Amino acid sequence: MAYDVNGATIEHDEEGYITNLSEWSKELADVIATAEAVDMGEEHWAVVNFLRDYYEEYQIAPAVRVLIKSIKKSMGPEVGNNKYMYELFPYGPAKQACKIAGLPKPTGCV
Amino acid sequence: MGTLHTVNKSPFQNQTLLSCLAHAKAGDAVLMIEDGVYGGTTGTAVSDALSKTDSDVSLYVLGADLAARGIDAGRVAEGVTSVDYEGFVDLAATHDRVQNWL
Amino acid sequence: MSEVKKFLYVNRKAPYGTIYAQESLEVVLIGAAFDQDVSLAFLDDGVFQLTKGQDTKEIGLKNFSATYRALGDYEVTKLYVEKESLEERGLSLDDLQNIEYEDEDDDYAEKPSIRLVSRAEMAEVMADQDVVLSF
Repeated sequence: MAYDVNGATIEHDEEGYITNLSEWSKELADVIATAEAVDMGEEHWAVVNFLRDYYEEYQIAPAVRVLIKSIKKSMGPEVGNNKYMYELFPYGPAKQACKIAGLPKPTGCV
Repeated sequence: MGTLHTVNKSPFQNQTLLSCLAHAKAGDAVLMIEDGVYGGTTGTAVSDALSKTDSDVSLYVLGADLAARGIDAGRVAEGVTSVDYEGFVDLAATHDRVQNWL
Repeated sequence: MSEVKKFLYVNRKAPYGTIYAQESLEVVLIGAAFDQDVSLAFLDDGVFQLTKGQDTKEIGLKNFSATYRALGDYEVTKLYVEKESLEERGLSLDDLQNIEYEDEDDDYAEKPSIRLVSRAEMAEVMADQDVVLSF
């Protein structure tokens, strides 16, 4: 199973998470988002960038409540709330956004 | 009443039994199981640590694990009581919490 | 969930030789969702988990030492470290990484999560729990 990015093949697992985290690119994010039927806007990118920064610093993808709390702090309560985050990423702001961000599934998700 | 501590590794392999004894408080029980039972025998390098343990800390070994290893009841150190599985369950039930020292 | 219970995760193993340390951390992160009163204890070789400057690039394992600094986000803010265990290994608090949490009740002031305790104090911490989980 693989994504196709401008002719390059990027392997992913049965749930769509890429297997080699270093293969991520913005172009790949767009390909994954399209497969997930997510239309990437500025706020989607802000969440994806936040997740990548968090992973870089702490070596984990944060749990959804930690994500929302942190987004609330950095981007304000209009974005950092459950309802809006689920509007951005209908299949779960942590699960789906992590997939687009090229990160493993958040710890604690089954 | 206190904590039931279990130790399942030989004290001649690592420091776990010694660390457990150093953290046990009056009213606690220490139960040596599996390879931990070697620590409950007499005349060993840890005998001193056993005898210096607070007398309000009760020391036990699991008889089934002694038998499995061919350790005669007569070789169980003074102050150490051998219990069967039922005794193990009683110890777990009569203490407030169980802490397994791995 | 009815009442809050006190959970202590006891860490007594060095980080990369066995899987215990990483497993413990993972269970702590997952367990944090259950809103219990969580503490972590680091004693014996467990104190090696918190040393600073860990770099695992050449052994091909994930450097999960960075993840201890995320614990504050999960409201895990009590990391008890045993002084005698540090000393026996030639270490002091200065050899450990700085781990802080933001206190929401105090205008998000950054406070240290690591609490240095004596062996006797560690025994008290252990005796004060509802549930003790060992790794």
